[in-house]
Amino acid sequence: MTMSRQGVQPTEVIDRAAKLRFRWNGKRFSGFEGDTIASALAASGEQIFSRSMKYHRPRGILTADYWDPNLMVQVGDDPNVRAGHRLLESGMDVRSQNAWPSLNRDIKAANSLFGRFLTAGFYYKTFMRPQWLWPTYERVLATFAPGGKIDLDTPHAYHDKRYTHPDVVVAGAGPAGIEAALAASGEGASVLLVSHEHAVGGHLRYSSDAADQAALAELRAALDASDVEVLTDSTVTGRYEDNWLGIVQRNHPIAVERLIKARAKTLVAAPGLIERPYVFEGNDRPGVITSGAARRLANLWGVKPGERAVVFSANADGDAAAADLERVGTEIAAVIDGRTGGRISSTSGSSRAVDAVVADGASIDADLLVVAAGWTAPTSLLNMAGDRPVYDPAAARFFPSDPPSNVLATGGLAGDADLDGLRQHGAATGRLAAARAAAVRHRLQSRTARALPVDGDEPAWAPDERVPLGRDPHPELYRADTHGMVDMSEDISSKDLVAAAHEGYDSVELAKRYTTATMGPSQGKLETVNTVAAIAEARGETISQVGTTVWRPPYAPLTLGALAGRMFEPVRVSPIHPWHEANNVSIIQAGQWLRPDHYGDPAAEVRNVRENVGLIDVTPLGKLDLRGPDVPKLLSLLYVNKWMKLGVGRVRYGMMCAEDGVVLDDGVTGRLGEDHYMMSTTSSGAGGVWEWVENWLQTERPDWQVHVTPVTTAYASINVAGPKSRELMSRVCEGVDLDAEAFPYMTVREATVAGVAGCFMWRIGFTGELSFELHVPAGHGLHVWEALMDSGSDLGVGPFGLEAQRIMRLEKGHFIVGQDTDGLTLGPSTGLGSLIKLDKDDFAGKPELAWAADRSLPMVVAIQPDDPDVVPEEAAQIVRGDTNEILGRITSSRYSPTLNRSICLGQVEPDLAAGGTKVTVLLESGERIGATVIDHHAHFDPAGERLRG
Amino acid sequence: MLLVPCPNCGPRNSTDLRYGGESHARPDPNTASPAEWRAYLYLRDNPAGWLRENWYCASGCRRWFSIERNTATNEFRDPPLPGDKRGGAA
Ligand SMILES: [Zn+2]
Repeated sequence: MTMSRQGVQPTEVIDRAAKLRFRWNGKRFSGFEGDTIASALAASGEQIFSRSMKYHRPRGILTADYWDPNLMVQVGDDPNVRAGHRLLESGMDVRSQNAWPSLNRDIKAANSLFGRFLTAGFYYKTFMRPQWLWPTYERVLATFAPGGKIDLDTPHAYHDKRYTHPDVVVAGAGPAGIEAALAASGEGASVLLVSHEHAVGGHLRYSSDAADQAALAELRAALDASDVEVLTDSTVTGRYEDNWLGIVQRNHPIAVERLIKARAKTLVAAPGLIERPYVFEGNDRPGVITSGAARRLANLWGVKPGERAVVFSANADGDAAAADLERVGTEIAAVIDGRTGGRISSTSGSSRAVDAVVADGASIDADLLVVAAGWTAPTSLLNMAGDRPVYDPAAARFFPSDPPSNVLATGGLAGDADLDGLRQHGAATGRLAAARAAAVRHRLQSRTARALPVDGDEPAWAPDERVPLGRDPHPELYRADTHGMVDMSEDISSKDLVAAAHEGYDSVELAKRYTTATMGPSQGKLETVNTVAAIAEARGETISQVGTTVWRPPYAPLTLGALAGRMFEPVRVSPIHPWHEANNVSIIQAGQWLRPDHYGDPAAEVRNVRENVGLIDVTPLGKLDLRGPDVPKLLSLLYVNKWMKLGVGRVRYGMMCAEDGVVLDDGVTGRLGEDHYMMSTTSSGAGGVWEWVENWLQTERPDWQVHVTPVTTAYASINVAGPKSRELMSRVCEGVDLDAEAFPYMTVREATVAGVAGCFMWRIGFTGELSFELHVPAGHGLHVWEALMDSGSDLGVGPFGLEAQRIMRLEKGHFIVGQDTDGLTLGPSTGLGSLIKLDKDDFAGKPELAWAADRSLPMVVAIQPDDPDVVPEEAAQIVRGDTNEILGRITSSRYSPTLNRSICLGQVEPDLAAGGTKVTVLLESGERIGATVIDHHAHFDPAGERLRG
Repeated sequence: MLLVPCPNCGPRNSTDLRYGGESHARPDPNTASPAEWRAYLYLRDNPAGWLRENWYCASGCRRWFSIERNTATNEFRDPPLPGDKRGGAA
């Protein structure tokens, strides 16, 4: 077979004035604008495009379109490019993939050498015992593995996403799809028409029939004049609930691929039909092509597919292919008519080319075999909508059964007709789609609160009064009297499928997974029905009895980049962030927040807080403003401790548990006024606690009068900590007596700070030092921070970050929810069991906490390694002696610059929780160290004298 | 993606809402047996068919509401119209 470029064809899509130069495996080639990579290579006489996955047989063009399994190539750093679809560009560096040992050299022995890897179910059979051989298998399989090369240095590409809400989406732009789009648009619907191909027109594009070409021109002109939005080189990849559609657009001018998420009111599925290969001996030899491939090569790109052809035709497309071939100069050696019992059995020749075709018992010299054996209905979008298509043996394909009424099929998927009949059905489908979309639109609008009422009553759901398309009879041609390849992507033969069925994998879904048939790049578009037919034959049943696999998304593959879309990771920063950035900050990301981790030396920050005064930006601390007479009842319900008698100006620590008794969050809540409270939550719990509060108020206690407002970002929060903090605060505060008696520990005061009114501050201390936690209206946060820094320079004021705070809270033994507790830590395990007031009438988690009170539980305890210089890893296990029996784990661990030793919190089994208990910690290195449980959580100042000062 | 009819916001993508699961009455915490309480915590009927369930309109009005959905077809029974005051999950 030698393909070559012929004279100008009236239907061709190439611009012969625009020559494009490119490389193929390093050699120079050229093609024309409008060529695909494959058509340009074919026009230059290339026959071998790839090697098959397992047997490494040479493979040539089969279908010359997107689904062609033999045309996967690498273009530059882009692997798995479909050369049958990708348009040629100037300067492309195209290489073959998976061509071991090389594209042009056969290893005849591959088959026998690696026979054990190649049987049906080989993945399953290979990776059995002995396990020591697995690395060898992996090496061998890697040599065989299909696919291109991934270049780790590839720069990040720009991807994008789009959201759209059209009335009607039409998937497929053949004559029926275009008519559907035009008709729906004519009814006033907004319409998105999605063409998988580079241009609309479907099969009309490669028809040489004059009437077809006239119709194509008419349809294109009508589309141009319409309001229909047309996407070419785009595919509806998935249909999900309520017609939520994924559409991948491959030809966006900026984005490499764009994922469009469309909420369609109705979906018209008009994907046409996909030509099905035929199974016979030698059906994967280069020179065996489908009738569609022959017509595309000849009519779109002016390529003569071979010198002398046998055409096996079971339908009008096969007949047309024979005529098209003759026109481009291919001699027709024979037309074998599959409708009248003509049969082909095999091809002969080298592994690289056909030289004869055995048909009806005779061998016919030919270098090309064109096969028109029937059609596969790509019912994917209907499957995804819940439809289970039904096989019709008289027409030799599947048809839609009962898709939901907002999904309509037209075109070849729905049946057969002449061109006028297809167009009429398409137009009727478009009108029906528009009418139903109008009803859906009315329903959606009337269920949404709007300034203006929706006009009129909801339109009735339009009945389907379309004249159904007919079904042309077609012979059932799946396999000849010989065996051949069923799945060229995966190198699965009909013999393999028969073997799988005999081994017991005789349901389609099982055989598919066992043999990997239909799981390659063609996504089953070419292989599924032949697979079903082979299983049916092995079982002695019909295709209807065997049924087919369920087609799942995506209809066509899309890149991970398209799914990921544009990088969109919003971050949150406090109003004080510019100061941090100007002061040598090291940032740590905590959830969405960018927070100061330290400013160079966390240990020095700790010492400065212990000796002088430090400032930490704690803006992400969750803050909920609670107002109303029933707030105390709400607090009593959500916290485990008591709240009914909290005086105005007082602050209390509380622990929250979920209904299963597990610690949920903690923090302090203060009473700012008679009916006004401020709740603080952990930074990471801010969102969750807000929803938790709303849940209780809305669903369990809707009669309570409480108004909740999240004010986390309405305030900038600054903790001023250290023995000199009162002195510093006295320099900037007005209207508040800071004296220890007037403003004692665990109270809250409103104040004007650095001239900013409406600040409130509470005297609490996570660090264990005398401290004031200031909450400043956010717009003034930076000002107040800078004022504190300026006013305290002689006091040694300095910033401290999260790391210093974590060290100091660990020195004080304060646990962190989610760090020192986990999803199984019940309230009493924190060591704060005395907070839990079981005599309250009700609170979240009360029954579980009541039952837990009678049980011995794992406990959070403070632990000190015997060697003060060893800092165990967080999550290091606490084990029994020299065994691997796990008795607990280290949950927090740091070196304390205050105590000059390592300090930890951990969770241990109940019998290890007493102070003085010796435990063994297993380090990551495997070393075991001794450590001692201490009898209170605080490693430092257990009496809390410093923070009360 | 499912369109969920919020009584306040209208039909919204399900990703705008938080799924609250089957409606379950909270037992009296003072009299519930461990079996009753843990049934409330963990046991779900999970029927293939009509189910009353709770949703939280997290990206919209931030109201909880309760509605019946057919888990086999994803049809909502008696979806709310604007002004519907049926908030408050059961
Ligand atoms: Zn809402």
